[in-house]
Amino acid sequence: MNIAAIFETLDYGPAPEGAAQAEAWLDSHDRSFGHFIGGKWTKPARPFATKNPATGDTLAKITDGTTADINRAVKSAREAFSGWGALSGFERAKYLYALARALQKNSRLFAVLETLDNGKPIRESRDADIPLAARHFYHHAGWAQHLERKFPDRVPYGVCGQIIPWNFPLLMLSWKIAPALAAGNTVVLKPAEFTPLTALLFAEVCQQIGLPPGVVNIVTGAGETGAALVAHKDVNKIAFTGSTEVGKAIRKVTAGTGKGLSLELGGKGPYIVFDDADVDSAIEGLVDAIWFNQGQVCCAGSRLLVHEAIEARFIKKLKTRMSKLRIGDPLDKAIDIGALIDPIQLKRINDLLAAGEKQGCIRFQPEGPLPKKGTFMKPTLITGVSPGHTLFQEEIFGPVLVALSFRTPEEAVALANNSKYGLAATIWSENINLALDIAPKIKAGVVWINCANQFDAAVGFGGYRESGFGREGGREGMTAYLKPAFEKELAPAPVAAAPKPPTGFLSGDIDRTAKMYIGGKQARGDGGYARPVIAPDGTPVGDVAEGNRKDIRNAVEAARKALKWADAHAHVRAQILYFLGENLSYRRAEFADRLRAMTGATKDAAKREVDLSVERLFAFAGWADKYDGAIHNPPVRAIAAAMVEPLGVIAITAPDEAPLLAAISLLAPAVAMGNPVVLVPSATHPLSMTDFYQVLETSDVPAGVVNIVSGDAFELSKVLAEHDGVDGLWFAGPAKECAEMERLSVGNLKQTWTTRGLGFDWTDKTIMEGEYFLERATQIKNIWVPYGA
Amino acid sequence: MSLRAIDSAPNGTPAPAPERNPGFDLDLGWLRAIRMNRSALERRGATIGKRRTVKKQWQAAWLLKAITLIDLTALNGDDTKGRIERLCAKARHPVRDDILAKLGAQNLPIRPGAVCVYHGFVPVAVAALKGSGIPVAAVSTGFPAGLSPLKTKIAEIEASVKAGAQEIDVVIERHFVLNGDWRGLYRQMKAFRAACGPAHLKTILAVGELATLNNVARASLVCMLAGADFIKTSTGKEKTNATLPVSLAMIRMIRWFEDETGVKIGYKPAGGISSAKTALEYMALVKEELGTEWLNPHLFRFGASSLLTDIERQLEHNAFGRYAADYRQPLV
Repeated sequence: MNIAAIFETLDYGPAPEGAAQAEAWLDSHDRSFGHFIGGKWTKPARPFATKNPATGDTLAKITDGTTADINRAVKSAREAFSGWGALSGFERAKYLYALARALQKNSRLFAVLETLDNGKPIRESRDADIPLAARHFYHHAGWAQHLERKFPDRVPYGVCGQIIPWNFPLLMLSWKIAPALAAGNTVVLKPAEFTPLTALLFAEVCQQIGLPPGVVNIVTGAGETGAALVAHKDVNKIAFTGSTEVGKAIRKVTAGTGKGLSLELGGKGPYIVFDDADVDSAIEGLVDAIWFNQGQVCCAGSRLLVHEAIEARFIKKLKTRMSKLRIGDPLDKAIDIGALIDPIQLKRINDLLAAGEKQGCIRFQPEGPLPKKGTFMKPTLITGVSPGHTLFQEEIFGPVLVALSFRTPEEAVALANNSKYGLAATIWSENINLALDIAPKIKAGVVWINCANQFDAAVGFGGYRESGFGREGGREGMTAYLKPAFEKELAPAPVAAAPKPPTGFLSGDIDRTAKMYIGGKQARGDGGYARPVIAPDGTPVGDVAEGNRKDIRNAVEAARKALKWADAHAHVRAQILYFLGENLSYRRAEFADRLRAMTGATKDAAKREVDLSVERLFAFAGWADKYDGAIHNPPVRAIAAAMVEPLGVIAITAPDEAPLLAAISLLAPAVAMGNPVVLVPSATHPLSMTDFYQVLETSDVPAGVVNIVSGDAFELSKVLAEHDGVDGLWFAGPAKECAEMERLSVGNLKQTWTTRGLGFDWTDKTIMEGEYFLERATQIKNIWVPYGA
Repeated sequence: MSLRAIDSAPNGTPAPAPERNPGFDLDLGWLRAIRMNRSALERRGATIGKRRTVKKQWQAAWLLKAITLIDLTALNGDDTKGRIERLCAKARHPVRDDILAKLGAQNLPIRPGAVCVYHGFVPVAVAALKGSGIPVAAVSTGFPAGLSPLKTKIAEIEASVKAGAQEIDVVIERHFVLNGDWRGLYRQMKAFRAACGPAHLKTILAVGELATLNNVARASLVCMLAGADFIKTSTGKEKTNATLPVSLAMIRMIRWFEDETGVKIGYKPAGGISSAKTALEYMALVKEELGTEWLNPHLFRFGASSLLTDIERQLEHNAFGRYAADYRQPLV
């Protein structure tokens, strides 16, 4: 086209970024790569191709990792661990700093390579992926140095197995490797099979900066390679980012292994626009939310919820904006939408859309041609959707936005939370009262107010519900790569001697039948069976109700009705816990007698257990208004508030040892943080906790906040583990039963804590009155609030 | 929004579509519905130059177009007849012939949108530009503070129009905006518009003194309702002048105004736009937010003077492939 013609049309024309250096780098490796293990490259073997999605051309041959490769890599990471962990924080910081600098120095090479391998626009790899990755290493250099100061009682896991997705290959690598290394772990990382190249370039950078061999190992391959890594016995922690389906499989495989686990999974982010929003900015925000990286973003704002009053105008403006998005060569600097990762993905999305249209959904795509080859797709808006539709519920992972209207803020919240996911959400309103009212009500680990897809190394990122658990970034992200030091010292719990057969019958004045406690009321068991409670010497002590599935169902229902406990002021929760302590103290002789009769404990031991239980209630009453969040420091003009929120309903199965103290030790932090609880007391010594409901009744505990179901602890806990209405599961018991609970929790990916058959010292005040269970009773929600008059 | 065009025929027969903004009733409800989120506008402003770029012949064509969008401006206390004549000479011949020839643009109508001067130099500029087709714009109404008596200001407009100015750049009294006196602002703008007669009314908001982007947007709307043909950011004398976020606030009000009334209003960022790269960012923003049709001198102007030299330099580089120096471009 000549200048005179362009002078009239004012078209943009092509603006290609050169790929010569990236091609030369590939050539320098003969376009053939092995693994990076122990600081060395293995010989390429079992090749598979990695392709440029924009053209379909093969970029390089990659080695498909075997179990033997994984074994070698884990061995090398293990060997490097002691040396790496022994370095001073400053020494580790210097390496992380060098990695940050190396990413910056080679930023364009990384960006072009990323775009070639992934298909994302060069603008994004250049302006988002690579700078954010470098920032992650900078940020974590600081954590390496301040580790002992900020996390004095924690130690690294050891060898971390990390599996990352193809949507942000280098960025996800940095989210995994930077905190792991800062915390003193060594890693084996498997990049996604579609996008291994920047990880391999990163491996070369590790060589160049002289990172000690074995600290970072990169093994390429597909699902089987990842599975071998997950299954490896000498891996101490698995960190996975990817689909919920694979995340659940990993949860199952790691159940009972004691491996640390953090999962960052799918999402279906609500994007809520109120009628008092800056509408044009909200539309521009949608471009960042759903057409960033072709919508292949787990935290994409993929469900538009717009106030009915402005819906028509909003949708009209949105369609106009969509028509301005430029689709094409990802290496072109003025392209908004590049290529999807693979033809398989394109087909999957189109199949979903076709199915949606069959259900009555309406598809809008702007006019205009697509490139002739490559996996390109137009930005898509789906209207005519209702919550029952697949397109509203399922993660599409493509440039597809579904739109729905709401009438009231309450309805917006209900629609937003009508999802199995809970990763990220966006709220647009110019009214700070409204926005800050809605943000805590959305079940999501990240909430963006008047912005979308903001990320920073200083701010935690991660999900609620089936979007996974664990955080990446910020202080909360560091805890995912550190474990409490005391856990390493725990020995297996002593096995209690089997009780002797009962000797005779209950004797006493008036029959006292322990009931269950559900929804603030004493409740008889649904089944109509009782369960005898027998002292170790065979003396009958009493009966408790034999709870069953339905009792659990009722208890969880009652607990869910009490979820508003989270909204009670921390001061109120503290007052009630103090009151519980006061009332238990008032009856401590009676509780001590019960413990003696039930467990055969000495008088002193029983008295001490009750006293400690009172003290524990006070401890967590004291914590209620002090275990709070933080304001992070991202490099933008915004408040990034890390709010501490309760998990939701927590199911607690107390151990047999210390039947009062252990149960209180678990109950108190959960309740202090705003979680309603379903408690299953020790099966053999349940009476202290059934007695406890009388204390609950006299202490102003709102109905449903504490529910107690007695019976066969293992059987009842299985029902709880499988219950989708339970958000967290704490289980004390033998290792085998703990493993079973972790396996069964997979349905809604509830967060679990189990004793793993280990003996916790419930009398240890340092641990038991500390933050150990508070951390497990809560999750961090990061709320971004940009400001400016 | 239910709006009544002031000039519409009373008997129900619609008036022929006016080319110019006929002016509308002041609509305070509309004003109250305005929301501008500064952070979001800044984000959009910061990324437009990263999302859009033009290279090679596209860049040359865009830069040539940019020249046609410039209000070549001299608004200095020490301007003289000679200085204004030199400015007008440059306006007649903004780019060196060898550059235009090399670019194949010798037949394109490359000349600035207007020459913009103080009232006192209007006759000089009119004479110097005679026959060129380049209109003369006069800054007016007690520029830059705009606080002269209303009568004086109206007289100033009338005198400039009489002297041959085809465009009048007026300034608003900022206190109207800062105190929310929208009726006062509206009334004054209507009076200015009436005084302009056939000359086009360009209203300078002095955005750097309006405190918030919401104020900028509200002032934009009031001026458009009062009959402005153009809304313009700055006099160039405020502490901050045109920026991309401010431009977004104004452009989006222009877009909204067209949605509601069907009337297209022009936009003129002024002050601080001195590099070719910045000019291209503004053009991309306007193309993206308002559409390509806005990229013509009837609907878009840069208020600038040194910008032309930088564009010339870039054009020379584009034409000959080596970097150019400003001292080799004929002085503006």
